[in-house]
Amino acid sequence: MSADLSDLYQQVILDHNRRPRNRGKLPTANRVAHGDNPSCGDQCSVYLRLDAGVPGQPDRIGDLSFDGSGCAISQASASLMTTQLKGKTAAEAEALYQNFHAIVTTGKEPEEISDLGAFAGVHAFPARIKCATLGWHAALNALKNDATPATTESHTD
Amino acid sequence: MPDWKKIRSDFPVLDQQVHGKPLIYLDNAATTQKPRVVLEALARFYARDNSNVHRGLHTLSMRATDAYEGARARVGKFINAADPAEIIFTRGTTEAINLVAASWGGANLQPGDVILLTEMEHHSNLVPWQLIAQRTGAKLRYVPILGADVEGGLDLAQLDALLTPEVKIFAFTHVSNTTGTINPAAHLCSRAKKVGAITVIDGAQSIGHLPVDVRTIGCDFYAFSGHKMAGPTGIGALYGRRALLDAMPPWQGGGGMISLVDYFESRWKPSPERFEAGTPNVADAVALGVACDYLDALGRDQIAAHDGALARLAYEKLSVLPGIRLLGPRGERSGLVSFAFKDVHAHDIVTFADEDGIALRGGHHCNQPLMKKLGLTSTTRASFYVYNTAEEIDVFAASLRRILKFFGGA
Repeated sequence: MSADLSDLYQQVILDHNRRPRNRGKLPTANRVAHGDNPSCGDQCSVYLRLDAGVPGQPDRIGDLSFDGSGCAISQASASLMTTQLKGKTAAEAEALYQNFHAIVTTGKEPEEISDLGAFAGVHAFPARIKCATLGWHAALNALKNDATPATTESHTD
Repeated sequence: MPDWKKIRSDFPVLDQQVHGKPLIYLDNAATTQKPRVVLEALARFYARDNSNVHRGLHTLSMRATDAYEGARARVGKFINAADPAEIIFTRGTTEAINLVAASWGGANLQPGDVILLTEMEHHSNLVPWQLIAQRTGAKLRYVPILGADVEGGLDLAQLDALLTPEVKIFAFTHVSNTTGTINPAAHLCSRAKKVGAITVIDGAQSIGHLPVDVRTIGCDFYAFSGHKMAGPTGIGALYGRRALLDAMPPWQGGGGMISLVDYFESRWKPSPERFEAGTPNVADAVALGVACDYLDALGRDQIAAHDGALARLAYEKLSVLPGIRLLGPRGERSGLVSFAFKDVHAHDIVTFADEDGIALRGGHHCNQPLMKKLGLTSTTRASFYVYNTAEEIDVFAASLRRILKFFGGA
């Protein structure tokens, strides 16, 4: 197997693909958003519960889950994302996504040591970047309470 | 019998390595490669004869016109059309089907009429009919597929109930791009004729692989693409029976399709010019004629036997893989296999196979409703052509086994 390919399919990714975390509908969710990738048929739904903060403090993601079907990259990315976003505010989630986006498009190291770095190998496979970002787009839409399905076709990534 | 090994050297693109491995091109249902004679025909036209066709009185224009009309006659002969005027050049199958839907459908469909399709249609033989149905008030109806993996093809027992007098159009694919099913085109056409429906065949997957005789099939329209039969992209054709074409209104207006233009109205030329507004794709049409020569020299019976044998070999080799779900007929099939695994996604397979120099396709194959019906979101497809070999299928099967092992599927 080539170095590029083993970089793409890191153990962390294979593990999340085989044993996805937080998969399935979240009964307590108060936000849901769907994402799809029309060119390859990948689908991802993100369910999250946004908890009201104390007065003066922003809402935080109390819990979240995902469901869907797609390639190992898309499923592992959504699974890992659910482990990273719990407890975050919308602004923190957006910042984390920007960091993740930079990782998958340029191969740079994450700002803090985290499993997100496992996705750095994606940058060598430009056609797969949209797989890695699908779940994130759905999650950000859920945070914005945007019911429009996120589609990777209208994004450059 | 053609020397299949030697045929490889006719295709310059095959002589290359991908990721350090010899290219094994198994994406022929998406587009076939082009033999040197086709590439040379393109270059020769632009280098020697390039000019606009028709109306030209100078030497080059006459040469270009002769070459273009010669290509029309050649394509007509390729499918045994009665008259070259029954061949309308289009961009491909999609445009050809859109032409029938917009022109014949727009002029003839009424609210309450039915367009009969099948559940295995490519989006190109589905969306144009949805559009014209919305415009005219006609309704869509579908011939169901048979079997959980479409192993039974179309459920022909339903035809009597489906082919009612309201059916004005029966449009179906000759060969499925997703399952490899070869539909009984002549039988379907004769059944449609009994209720007075016109027949439109999507020939994208059959034209380069099977002998096609539109008069034996008995269809009214037959649509196909040049790039799936060793010809260039951007050129294809619609065959239509002359009597139908002459009664159809134009679908696009412009130069070349008129007999007389006034400021407020115009009159049309007969077919095929009526349906070819604007400067046509002359060079690609000429090269398509050369592709017809190339395939006929190999013999389409021979091509069908070769591609079918490779597909059956691949089906057999793949069927022993644990957890594989193979779509389509178990016996005779066109030159492709399409399959899915529960735990390994098509795109991961395609990415891995590419590392072994193997070009596959993974996805819904422009067949989303069928995928949904089968409970799938995607399959991996390997599709074969004249230059593929049994050794390549061995390499492909071995690659697939390694991929499954990597993902823990075997």
